[in-house]
This record gives sequence, C-alpha cells and structure tokens, in this order.
Amino acid sequence: MSAVARTVRPFASRVLSQKLPITAARRVSPAMGFPRGSIRSFSQSPFWEVKKYTESHEWVELAADGKTAKVGITQYASESLGDVVFVELPDADLEVSAGEPVGAVESVKSASDVLSPVSGKVLQGNSILEDNAKFINQSPEDEAWIAELEISDAAELDALLDAEAYKATIDADH
Amino acid sequence: MSAVRPLKRGLNLLGSRSLSRSASVAANGSILAQRQLVSPRVLRSAVVGRPLAQVATVSSPSAVRYASTSSSAPLKKTALYDLHIAHGGKMVPFAGYSMPLQYGDLSHVESHMWTREKASLFDVSHMVQHQLSGPGAMDLLMKVSPSSLDKLKTNSSTLSCLLEKGTGGIIDDTVITRRGESSFYFVTNAGRRAEDLAFLEAEISAYKAAHGPDSLTWDILEDRALVALQGPQAASVLQSHIANSGSADTDLSTLYFGNCRDLYLTLADGSVSAEPVLVSRTGYTGEDGFEISIPAGGACASLPTQVTDLLLQNPEQVRLAGLAARDSLRLEAGMCLYGSDISTAQTPPAASLGWVVGKDRRDPASATFNGAEAILPQLASPAKTLAQRRVGFTVEKGSPAREGAVIVDLNDESRTPIGVVTSGLPSPSLGGINIAMGYVKSGMHKKGTEVGVLVRNKVRKAKVTGMPWVESKFYRG
Repeated sequence: MSAVARTVRPFASRVLSQKLPITAARRVSPAMGFPRGSIRSFSQSPFWEVKKYTESHEWVELAADGKTAKVGITQYASESLGDVVFVELPDADLEVSAGEPVGAVESVKSASDVLSPVSGKVLQGNSILEDNAKFINQSPEDEAWIAELEISDAAELDALLDAEAYKATIDADH
Repeated sequence: MSAVRPLKRGLNLLGSRSLSRSASVAANGSILAQRQLVSPRVLRSAVVGRPLAQVATVSSPSAVRYASTSSSAPLKKTALYDLHIAHGGKMVPFAGYSMPLQYGDLSHVESHMWTREKASLFDVSHMVQHQLSGPGAMDLLMKVSPSSLDKLKTNSSTLSCLLEKGTGGIIDDTVITRRGESSFYFVTNAGRRAEDLAFLEAEISAYKAAHGPDSLTWDILEDRALVALQGPQAASVLQSHIANSGSADTDLSTLYFGNCRDLYLTLADGSVSAEPVLVSRTGYTGEDGFEISIPAGGACASLPTQVTDLLLQNPEQVRLAGLAARDSLRLEAGMCLYGSDISTAQTPPAASLGWVVGKDRRDPASATFNGAEAILPQLASPAKTLAQRRVGFTVEKGSPAREGAVIVDLNDESRTPIGVVTSGLPSPSLGGINIAMGYVKSGMHKKGTEVGVLVRNKVRKAKVTGMPWVESKFYRG
C-alpha cells in the first residue's frame, strides 16, 4: 500500500524544544518592566486580575485573590488542533514549574502537552473536560480551562505575553 | 513528567512529522531502540548504544526531511496543487511535496466519516508510478519481490514488497499490476523514492549487464497524476463519468478488487478524454474504491484537474480528503504505513506480511528472490525465528497510545519494554476507541493477551486485537 500522513510531530522535537516556549516568551515580552496591571486602570476588576499568554499557545489568568490562576489553551490552539477527543487533566497537588506539562490535549491526529505558563501547585483539573473533551473546542479561553493552580510567584506572569503580543506571534507565523 | 512536548511544536508541525525517521528506522535493527525518545526516563535501559539520530534531524528549522533528499530543496507540487489551494487545502510538507492535510470544508473526523459513508477523493500524485517491460521484466520483479507474478493475470495486481538482498528487509511496499505478458505497472511510496530508485537502478543495471540492454525498459511515469476515489459511493460516481457506457468493458460492476482497466471519461464539457485513464479497483482506506492514474503530459496537461473537477461535481457525494483522513482510515483498515509500521528492519514474515510471499515460492531449493535465505526459515518456523510480531491493540478509554508508546508486561513492575506501538489513534469510526498497531514480543502476540502501554508514563491497559478494526469492503463481485 502507500505512505500517508505523518501526522504526529517528531518525538525528538518535543525533547529538543523543551525549554523553548518559556525562554522565548521572556525574550520578547513587551510587558517586561511594567508595573503589573498599571495599564488596566479603566477596569473595575482588581488591578492584578490579569490574563497572559505563552508562545506555545497557553493562557493563564490570575484570579482576584492574586494567588490562584487558571490555565488553558488559546482559541487559536483549539482551532488548529481540530476535533479534540481527550484531555488529560493533572492530579491535584502536582507541583509544576513554568514550562512543564500540566496536562495534554489529544486530537485524532496528534497529542500536545499543555505547558504551565507559571510555577505552582495544582488545585484541580477541570472535571467538565473529563467526560466532554470536545468542550475545549467551544470555550477554550473561558469555561474549558484545564487546570487551576496555586501559583508560586505572581511576578512570573510579568514575563509572559499580553493579548496583543500573543496575537502578534500568531500573525508572524502566517 | 516525561518528554516535554510544547503545544507550539504541535501546531507548527501538525501533519509534518519528519520522514527522516524512516531513514533511522532503516538503519536500525531494533524496533524497541529506535523509539527511545518518547519517554526517555522509562526507556533509558533499553537504549544503550543507540545514538540520538532523530534529534539531529530536528535541528533543521523546516523540521521535515526525507531520507536521502536535501532538507533545503523546495517542496514540489502535484498537478492538483492549485485545486487544493482553491478548496482551502491546509498544505503541509510531505515526502518532498506540498500536500493537503485536510480541507476547509470538513474537519479531520468529518472527512474520515465522509469517506466511510459517501466518497472522498485523495490526491496521491506524489507516489511514484513505474512501468517495467521487456523480456526480463518478470524475472527482475520476481527477484526483487517474493510475489508469484507469473501467476498474475493481465490487468490484475498484488500487494508486494521490494526486498533487500541477503537480509530480506522491506525496502518498500508496493502494488504490482501485470499489464501484459511481460509488462508491469507498479506504485511505490513517495517517502522512499530515493531509496527505491537507487535500489531498482542497481538491480536493473545488473540484470541488463547479464542479459543485454534490451532485456528491460524501466520508466518512471513522471507525467501521470494519481488520485484515489474511495468510499461506498465511489463506484456509482465514477461509473456516471465513463464514456461509451453500454459495452461490457465500461461496466465497473465487472471490475473486481485488485483489477484494472483503461477507461475513457466524458469530461464536463461533454467531450471524451483524449487518452484513457488507468482505473484500478484498490485503495488504502478499506472501502471500495479506485486509484486512477491520469496522463498529465503534453496535450493532457489539464486532464488531472479536469478529471478531479468531474469527480467532485456533486459535493453531496464526493469531497476532497487529505493526509489526515488517509492515515486514520488506513489504520482502521489494519494497513501498514511504511516508515512507521514497517522498515528495512523487518522481513515480510517479521512484519506479519508473510502472505506476500507466493505459495509456490517457498521451496528453498528454487526460491530466487532477494532475502529468501532469511525469509523462508521464518515462514517455516515462526515461533523459533521471530522475536516479535506485528499485531493490533485496543487500548482502554483515555489517552490514546500513539507511535512510539512502549508496551510492557502488566505483571512486570520494572516495566521492561516488550514491544512498541508504531501507529495509534482514537478511531473515528469506532466512536473514539483507542486503536494501535505495533510490535510485541512473540508469546505475547495472541489475540486477547492483555498488555500495558505507557502513555506519558502512565500504564494503560491494552488488549491484543485482530485487524482490521473496521471491516474491509473490497468489491469482489
């Protein structure tokens, strides 16, 4: 018969590029050096309630308490992956460093680790996704978050991309 | 956590898994060792002495390299490239070509199901079409392959393998069609083009040196496109476009699986195609369907597009489908993908493809095909000679076991690898049940045997299962 789709990434690339997302994000972050939240003065929400992105297509949103955050994959990631069939959720109490997997998203054709944008301890995975993985295609940046973390250091968010900078990285890829 | 695989890489590289792997597979005798990168921590013990050949290939930013072809060569386009773009094809590098992974109108799963329920059209023009004729054609092909080609009727075909001299390792899998007394048409894999051509060149030169320059004529049919029309509605759609309907020859109901016919088509403007297309009732999806070789040279330059447009006329019946659906369809059908499931590291019996060796070619006294000395003992006493077998697995609900996932004995706490998954995904036709193909050590290969598969360092239960998972619907009359 014949050769067909080689639809999964080279395993080696995963290993090689281990540290790529986080270091790359730091390098290009325009938010670097800004006092956190200073540009959101128009908002009624607490000034530190902030949503940031990674070049590897995750988002992290800090809760009002400034200590917990939700993590998920971006709209762009969900569209690119297509039909998500399974989401692997992290167990509670898992300690993760920024750039380490905090879950995985599987479509028919590929598996992708979700790298935690920040360090912390997992409070819970989003149980909605346990039985309804497809939900991540419907609400990736809102109710279909993947993990809730107790974060180690809110300052880590400063190094990540804001919405505009993230959008620029996507546009640059096209 | 084991291997870190950022989502970014996944997105950038969707569909573009490096074919360079097939080179490293080919160079490597151990199926277990070649996959160590999946889960380095678990597998470290199994990979002693194995260089990180795969890592080196990834440093190329293009991330896709093909065996023996330059990574910097521009991607080639098939005759249908513009048509793919016009239909929203998501193009990815594949075997040196820019090929569609999927199209804008259907998701991967939708396209897969469309093929099972209606009909899909795949551009497979990147595959290599060959014509070999001359008084020595049969001899040559029966040396490089183990098939009983002398028993093949004209215009019928067989799945076969090109075999390495001495080892009997599979250089490529191929479908060989007899077109006349001493004339053959065969199709080989795009990803193996360089290796196949070098191999055939050497074999043919040696044959000509012994039997004279006129003993063989070998043509690579660069000026022909190849499309596959697959699915339950394929026959009715194709039949409606065949010219001069009425004579027995144009009736597809008498064209059975594995047979081919030259047929003229009535084009959209009512004219009849200047040349016939070669219609073979075969495919790579498990569905009834056809592979259609279309002349594309000279006056026929626009014929591939015309024929494709013709077959796509009714979007309620036929849609374009890409590499993504092709891969999930072929796996459900239990079919091998060269470079993933088979390589030069396997002989046909080691790859559970022993049936490609003709029944009348198994006598050691008279067997003349490459690698017969290695292959015939394996056929005679597999239990003694084969360390591992290619089998199917059904994996428990949850994370799918994909290529590279290590198979372990559930009773072995140390998780010593006993096999490896070579292809795996959640089956769209089976509602997402995780299916996988792979190698497991002899003794653990019987249907129903329970094994473990390591996915991201977690042991998932799997059961050895017969293939295919989705029953093949080949048209046998």
